[in-house]
Amino acid sequence: MAWETIHKSDRPGWPAANLDDYASVRQGFSWEGARSLLDGLPDGGLNIAYEAVDRHLEAGLADKVAIRWLGRDSQRDSQGNSQRDRQRDREPVSHSDSHNDSQRDSRQGSLVNSQGDVQKAKKANPTPATCCRDLSYGELARLTSRFAHMLERLDVAPGERVFSLLGRVPDLYVAALGTLKAGRVFSPLFSAFGPEPVRARMTLGDARVLVTTAAYYERKVAPWRQELSGLRHVLLTDRGGEDLPEGTLSLADALATCPDHGGLAATRAEDMALLHFTSGTTGKPKGAIHIHGAVLFHALTGRYALDLHPEDVYWCTADPGWVTGTSYGIIAPLAIGATLIVDEADLDPARWFGILQDQRVTVWYTAPTAIRMLMKVANRTDKGIVGHYDLSRLRFLASVGEPLNPEGVIWGQEVLGLPFHDNWWQTETGGIMIANYRSMDIRPGSMGKPLPGVEAAIVRRVRSFAAVPAEGPAGDTFWALLSPGLAGAGEVSAATAAVCATTAEELGLSPVPVVTSEAHSPSHVTAQARVEQAFPATSQPIATIEVIETPDTLGELALRPGWPAMFRGYLNEPERYAQCFADGWYLTGDLAQRDADGYYWFVGRADDVIKSAGHLIGPFEVESVLMEHEAVAEAAAIGVPEPTAGEVVKALVALKPSFTADEALRKALLAHARKRLGPAVAPREIDFRANLPKTRSGKIMRRLLRARELGLPEGDLSTLESDER
Amino acid sequence: MSTAMTKDQILAATLEELTNVAPDLADETIPPDADLREVFDLDSMDFLNWFTALHRRLGVDIPELDYPKLRSMDDVATYLAARLGGL
Repeated sequence: MAWETIHKSDRPGWPAANLDDYASVRQGFSWEGARSLLDGLPDGGLNIAYEAVDRHLEAGLADKVAIRWLGRDSQRDSQGNSQRDRQRDREPVSHSDSHNDSQRDSRQGSLVNSQGDVQKAKKANPTPATCCRDLSYGELARLTSRFAHMLERLDVAPGERVFSLLGRVPDLYVAALGTLKAGRVFSPLFSAFGPEPVRARMTLGDARVLVTTAAYYERKVAPWRQELSGLRHVLLTDRGGEDLPEGTLSLADALATCPDHGGLAATRAEDMALLHFTSGTTGKPKGAIHIHGAVLFHALTGRYALDLHPEDVYWCTADPGWVTGTSYGIIAPLAIGATLIVDEADLDPARWFGILQDQRVTVWYTAPTAIRMLMKVANRTDKGIVGHYDLSRLRFLASVGEPLNPEGVIWGQEVLGLPFHDNWWQTETGGIMIANYRSMDIRPGSMGKPLPGVEAAIVRRVRSFAAVPAEGPAGDTFWALLSPGLAGAGEVSAATAAVCATTAEELGLSPVPVVTSEAHSPSHVTAQARVEQAFPATSQPIATIEVIETPDTLGELALRPGWPAMFRGYLNEPERYAQCFADGWYLTGDLAQRDADGYYWFVGRADDVIKSAGHLIGPFEVESVLMEHEAVAEAAAIGVPEPTAGEVVKALVALKPSFTADEALRKALLAHARKRLGPAVAPREIDFRANLPKTRSGKIMRRLLRARELGLPEGDLSTLESDER
Repeated sequence: MSTAMTKDQILAATLEELTNVAPDLADETIPPDADLREVFDLDSMDFLNWFTALHRRLGVDIPELDYPKLRSMDDVATYLAARLGGL
């Protein structure tokens, strides 16, 4: 192996590791035992907000800081920007003074002040932006009670969806926990989404309430709002009085008269709590349903996979618009009773090292894209600015979002003094499934081993003609990959087979010996029965699964359903949900292998979803927006490698006959896509083609396009009906 | 080429490269002091591509550590002018 195993040792003063010996903790684990991590409601129910906030008051933590919020304008002096910012804040703008007054008034009444989260608001408000705010557990309990009562007063029914479209401001955290407290369902959206991803998700999620800012509302929601009649209330965090756009309410005004205690709904563990959207290869985004019972898993994995202790100052850099930012950027640390750092600003190396130092962060959870950005400013021989900071408080570093390359793991060790612990999970799993633990040696590049209570396997799908997965090429890929002899049959793309065979060859894989699931019949039967019991309507098997026992063999990563944070459905799409399961396994769509010592290694995605900066992007969502343009006849979106983000979106477009492929049109298409999708989802590059390669059934062969972009062998093209020109 | 550039020329080059990276801004009025991330949703990849293009065009290296200071058109043009020599 190219990278040496990292052996670690504890430093003096560190608390004992929560998971001190992987094998014995895993061996002795039971969900019944884990349940003692929670208090539960008196009537036997379970509520995430109660576990994360209110119960700590009874334990004497009312005055402890739950969330320390750092506003965008904090920590700016070191960069010499504060002078200019002060000038800008005083700058007169088109808003009249009376608007300023009404804003100030509304802010005085605001219980959840939104300090300068939008430029317009900041400019209009001459009050200097507050740079930092502490929310104690007690204050968080009061604020979330007000929010919960407000939803009741607004006639939002239990189970209905409350969406947010906000930056990382205190209002977001209060809205999330207040909604959960009230037994309504919270769905956070990434604030950099353009109008189209916002519209698609709010429509699929049947949004009843939206909490946002005036600027986001006007740009991303107002243009299409009339299409969504179910959206009854839009609550703005930064406007009040007479300054409100039509059809909106002031959040501060709505909260003002609500009581600051109570409001806790008697939710059950199986009640829907959160709706997180994710993307597949085909179709619209999918709303993954998570339940209140998931909080047990968040509390557990926060302890085991992140080594979180109640005394920790913990910083999760993920935005709650993505699942990590909710599961581990809100719920897990608060359920454990730690102090959570929230930074409103985006990545800025000097600022980040400053936060780690000044806030005395002990546990840090971040992402490969961020780590790779930081790697540009410091290395082993030249620590650069890192040398100016005291990072000695750090105890545990973790990373998620995409596989962290070994260089990143080692960089942590050499430059920060601690290695990064990579872990793996998905929106659907709700929490960390496979992780590197504080007490376990790290094999750089590996995602680690399954959490106690989680059963993982490397499997292959065996062809079942009766039920071909409708979700697209995933199934084809597996058959092609693992059974090259079958690759010519049916819709299986030869190019796919070629790409995958190449991958397998590069990995030095031998033909795949398998142990069929019969060999595991006892647990198999139990798990299958469990799935059928839990999901009677959606448990039709789609394929037979064979578990691969031979080490270092490529297959699909699969998980046994049964951990509490597992998604309970895609909202209103039982078929797509059913397609995720076979033979008692949840099929992740990720290709991986396991070594002889049980460490898992990520290999790639089995489908065509694009992973950019750790975020899944569905090609269909991108292609649909390009197809709206009058010049576009067909479009394919693929991921192409990029050193920092991992992949970026590239679109290949064929034009209608009357249009000319020139620079002006290329820019017009980029502009269109960016306006509709936002830069996080829109293509960074567009190339023109006269025709895109398609199969007999007319399916565009994204994998062939990608193989060509990457200079990989195209393989046998016999199933190709219409080639690229 | 750097010695002959006026601030207006620098500003024009800066804007041109910005709208190459983010063509959606081509038909927008961009206030020179507007925080591009806040007001126009530019993300870190956009900034990286923009600064890389400016480096290519003007020969001015922009180290990563300076990125966070460069939030508006004014910031970038002023920074480039200083690097290009005493304007």
